[in-house]
Amino acid sequence: MIRVMLPQHLRTLAQTGSEIELAIEGQVTLRAVLDALEARYPTLRGTIRDQTTLERRPFLRFFACEQDLSHEPHDRPVPDEVASGAEPLIILGAIAGG
Amino acid sequence: MSKVRVLVGTRKGAFILSADGKRQQWEVSGPFFGGWEIYHVKGSPVDPDRLYASQTSGWFGQILQRSSDGGQTWETAGNKFVYEGSPGTHQWYDGTPHPWEFKRVWHLEPSLTEPDTVYAGVEDAALFRSPDGGQSWTELAGLRGHGTGPAWQPGAGGMCLHTIIFDPSNALRMFIAISAAGAFRSEDGGQTWKPINRGLYSKYIPNPTAEVGHCVHHLAMHPARPGVLFMQKHWDVMRSDDAGESWREISGDLPTDFGFVIDVHAHEPETVYVVPIKSDSEHYPPDGKLRVYRSRTGGGEWEPLTKGLPQRDCYVNVLRDAMAVDRLDSCGVYFGTTGGQVYASADSGDTWSPIVRDLPAVLSVEVQTLA
Repeated sequence: MIRVMLPQHLRTLAQTGSEIELAIEGQVTLRAVLDALEARYPTLRGTIRDQTTLERRPFLRFFACEQDLSHEPHDRPVPDEVASGAEPLIILGAIAGG
Repeated sequence: MSKVRVLVGTRKGAFILSADGKRQQWEVSGPFFGGWEIYHVKGSPVDPDRLYASQTSGWFGQILQRSSDGGQTWETAGNKFVYEGSPGTHQWYDGTPHPWEFKRVWHLEPSLTEPDTVYAGVEDAALFRSPDGGQSWTELAGLRGHGTGPAWQPGAGGMCLHTIIFDPSNALRMFIAISAAGAFRSEDGGQTWKPINRGLYSKYIPNPTAEVGHCVHHLAMHPARPGVLFMQKHWDVMRSDDAGESWREISGDLPTDFGFVIDVHAHEPETVYVVPIKSDSEHYPPDGKLRVYRSRTGGGEWEPLTKGLPQRDCYVNVLRDAMAVDRLDSCGVYFGTTGGQVYASADSGDTWSPIVRDLPAVLSVEVQTLA
C-alpha cells in the first residue's frame, strides 16, 4: 500500500485522517499516486494539481524520504521506500508570507 | 413569522447569521470552511435552502460548496472551470498581453427560476453556467470573446467578473460587470454581449470615454424597475434609465464618489445606498467616520446615516459584494467590513447596530428573507 500524507486543509476537505493508504497496480509514479488519490477522493481534484494541465499547484510541494520531489517528472517512479509503503509521500503546503 | 438569514463570506470562512423578523436577536453559526477564503455565498430564490459558496485558497485553488438544507450541511460540487477554446490574452497591469488564467470564483448567482441552475463570475474575467447544481460548468464564451477582451485589464483586486444581475421581467436579459472592463448586457441569455458603458468617464485610462476599460465596482437594480441600473464606479456613482444604454453621474453631494458597494431599497426603487471610501490608496472612510449614504431621490442628493455606526477612528473598508437588503416590510440593510463587523439596520438605514464585531475580514454579504 502507498501511504500519502495530506496538509490539514485537504484532510478536512476529503474528510479523512492524517494518512491515506492507496493500492496502486503497476509502476508507482507520482502521477499514479495522484490519479489514485483523486479517484478515491474526487473532492481533491484541482486542489493539488491543475485539472487541465495536471501540473502541481505552485504553492504545494511533494516530499518523501527527506527528498524534495516537487520538481520531479510525474512519470518518474517514486523512491522504493514509498512504493513499498515503508515511507509516506508527503504533500505539503509551501510557506509563503506571514 | 418571517425570518432573515445573512450569508457572510470572509477571508477565513463562511458564517450564517439568523434572526426573526424583528432582527434584534441573532444566532451566529460557523465558521464553515474555516481557514479558506469564502468570496461569496448565495441562496437560490426558488429554493432558499439551496445555497452555493465559493471557497478558495492560494494554495489549493477553487472549491464549490453546495447546501440543500440552508447551510446546516454542505457537499462539494464541481470545480472545473475551463475557458472555451484558446483562452487568448488580456492586458496586464503594464499594458502587455497576458494569458487568461482561471484564479477563483468571485460571485455566484443562482437562477431566478431553476434552483439547479447557477452562474459564476470568475477571475480572470469570464462567466460560467452550471445546469446541474454546480456539478459541471460551461463558459458563456460570447462575453470574453465578443471582441474587446484583449483590451480588458485587471483592477487592483484582479480582473474579476463580480456582478451578475438577471432581469426578472425578461428571462433572456442579463447584466454583468467586470473590473476593469466595464458593464455588459446580454439579450439572449448570455450567448452574446454588448458593452454598456456610454456616459462613463474614467480619467485614469488613456481614453476616458472608451467603450471598455472602466473600473466598475458594482451594479444594483430594483427588480420592479429592471431598466434602471445604479453603478458604483471606481470614481463616480452612476445611473442608467435605459438598461445601460447611457449613464449619468449621480454622485451629487457625496463627500467622495469613490466606493465599492451600492444597493437599492427593497420597496423604494429610488432609494439607493452607498458607502463612500477615501481613495485612491487609503481605502477607508473619510475622516475615520463610517457613514452609509442614502439617496431617496435616485441619486444626486444624499444623506449620511450614522446612528449606531462608529464616527471616530474607523478605518475599515466595505468591499463590493458586502452590502445587501432584505425584503421585509421595514427594509433591512446589511453590510460587512474588512474589520470583521457586520452591521444591520432594520429601519431602512435610520439606525444601525453590529450583529457581529469580530469576524475575519468580510468579503461578501447576502440576505435571504424567509417565510
